[in-house]
Amino acid sequence: MATKPAPAPPTDATTDAAISRRGFFMKLGILFNGLAAGVLAVPIVGFLLSSITRSRANGYLSWVRLGKVSEFPEGETRLATFQNPYVMPTDGKTADTACWVRRVAGEQFQVFAVNCAHLGCPVRWFPQSGLFMCPCHGGAYYQDGARASGPPERGLFEYPYKIENGLITIEAGQLPTPGAAIAELTGEKPSCAS
Amino acid sequence: MRIMIRNIGAWFDRRLQLAAPVREMAEHRVPRNTASWWYVFGSAALTVFMLQIVTGILLALVYVPSGAEAWSSLQALNYDVTLGWFIRAMHGWGSNFMVAIVLIHMVQVFLFGAHKFPRELTWIIGVFLLLMTLGMAFSGQVLRFDQDAYWGLGIGASIASRVPILGPAIVKLMLGGPIIAGATLSRFFALHVFVIPGLLIGCVCLHLLMVLKLGINEWPMPGRIVKRTTYANEYHQLTQKDGAPFVPYAIWKDMFFAAFIILAVAACALYFGPFGPTGRPDPTIIQTVPKPDYFFLWLYALLSLLPPSLETPVLLIGPVVAIGVLLLLPFLSGEGEKSWKRRPIAVLTVLLIAITLGTFTHLAGFTPWSPHMNAWSSDPVPDRYIHDSTALERQGALVFQVKQCRNCHSLGESGGQRGPALDSVAVRLTQDQLIRQVIQGGGNMPAYGKNLSPAETTALVAFLETLHPKGQAPARDASRDMALNDENQPGAKP
Repeated sequence: MATKPAPAPPTDATTDAAISRRGFFMKLGILFNGLAAGVLAVPIVGFLLSSITRSRANGYLSWVRLGKVSEFPEGETRLATFQNPYVMPTDGKTADTACWVRRVAGEQFQVFAVNCAHLGCPVRWFPQSGLFMCPCHGGAYYQDGARASGPPERGLFEYPYKIENGLITIEAGQLPTPGAAIAELTGEKPSCAS
Repeated sequence: MRIMIRNIGAWFDRRLQLAAPVREMAEHRVPRNTASWWYVFGSAALTVFMLQIVTGILLALVYVPSGAEAWSSLQALNYDVTLGWFIRAMHGWGSNFMVAIVLIHMVQVFLFGAHKFPRELTWIIGVFLLLMTLGMAFSGQVLRFDQDAYWGLGIGASIASRVPILGPAIVKLMLGGPIIAGATLSRFFALHVFVIPGLLIGCVCLHLLMVLKLGINEWPMPGRIVKRTTYANEYHQLTQKDGAPFVPYAIWKDMFFAAFIILAVAACALYFGPFGPTGRPDPTIIQTVPKPDYFFLWLYALLSLLPPSLETPVLLIGPVVAIGVLLLLPFLSGEGEKSWKRRPIAVLTVLLIAITLGTFTHLAGFTPWSPHMNAWSSDPVPDRYIHDSTALERQGALVFQVKQCRNCHSLGESGGQRGPALDSVAVRLTQDQLIRQVIQGGGNMPAYGKNLSPAETTALVAFLETLHPKGQAPARDASRDMALNDENQPGAKP
């Protein structure tokens, strides 16, 4: 901390000269490191945010086959499973997803996410009372997915579906959450007023 | 021999030069009355943290942070690896103890006024240490990659998704992809094993350094007022007049308590065993009732009981306000009385928070808001309710059971508690009101009109009308008989 007493009151020119060489290189060093940090930051941030940016570029959603239309009896609601279209080698069983398929009549279907519209717990179908019930916080839904009671603010999430050559396929690939329901992800309106 | 050891010690100290500062640290003078059993929680928290590091490293020798294999590697730890179950149990119970001790430490420090001048920053770092401890607890629960962890992540994602505008992006960042899967586990592993522990160690060092530099908070005396201008001087005089060296005067209580806590963790581990894992994290198995670990049960209850319209604001604004208040606390009350005897609002606030969290935790133990998914098939209608009943009433009891009414309504103290118990429903509702309630629903009850035939409704209501205590008449509409009998009255026909 001991500083040398200046021999003479320094003029502006001498102070500039005193720090110019060391000070300049010091500042240059900081600048150079800043540049290196900036160069490094680009791939780091790009890597960290890849799970967000990827969904903008390619999207996570694809059409997934659920099975033959004939596997789903008319007027009934059945559990179906599919493998998520975007799979990583370490996913194991978690790459599988379940959904509730309700065949209203003929080729008219409703495919619900199992995730409760409240906080995502798996809802169960009770055919006798015609209700979906959630085990977590007490949400309940009618057979058409409309909210019946409990904390959910909306009906069950629905996957868009299409039927081709007697096969039912749905557009899926992303966890439906209250902030981004499936219909919003695909830009479609919900097929039923729920 | 002793000379040789001393020489070796001297050789090292010539180079490290640590002996003098360590001795100075150990023998720094503390106020005599802080050598109290009330002052042991900070060191106990540090002890449990070190235990967590040791057991955590041991678990990492076997655990595989892969969505496909994590669950099986935990099974191997539980059943195949010698004493693997015990290390897992120590780590799990250590986690519970750490959260509890950190909370107790915080309450003690607050009630003793230790957050006041000049220890504001010690408190603020302590708040971050609490948040990191909770972060460790949650991420640790995720690493126990079972059904609870899987659906718990779903709940976390659903909460995060409600953030305006950024919600969906936050969810993808949190999950490491579009769904809960291998990438999710990997990033929670990185958080739990590298990021948060690194920050924790750094913050613990700062926290301890400040305790040494600023001195341990003196025992609060009613009437001894903290002032910024005089405090440092007063504290110095106190440690000189009525002080004693930390080692050995005060440390023996810390040592005793630390050993006691480690033995308590080991005893719990030995007696109760490891936590889970529960079922395999297979999203296609939906027969599951996910529940968070002990320290987040209050949140689980809060999420069930908040009115839907308040939920998102409370979830998103509540934590910001709570953390903000904790961080601002030393600036709002940096001076003044330290003693809890002269701070009634502080004491009442602590009591209120403790009772609220305790009540929510207690409620989450039996979840009265959730339907009992198996009640309709596993809880029979008690005999006494169908004794001497007519065929129609019995048919109604069957409808009652088959239509899952029991999932939400209890009878004879078994069944769900989502709706009211129906043991004496006939006293509360008349026949008309029962029919209306069943068909149209209302309150929190779904409407059953579409799922009951008229015959089923008639039978069900006939059964419900029998549900009243002996000697207490069922409710009836006094005007009904008159209306039915008085056929002259226009529009009176049933």
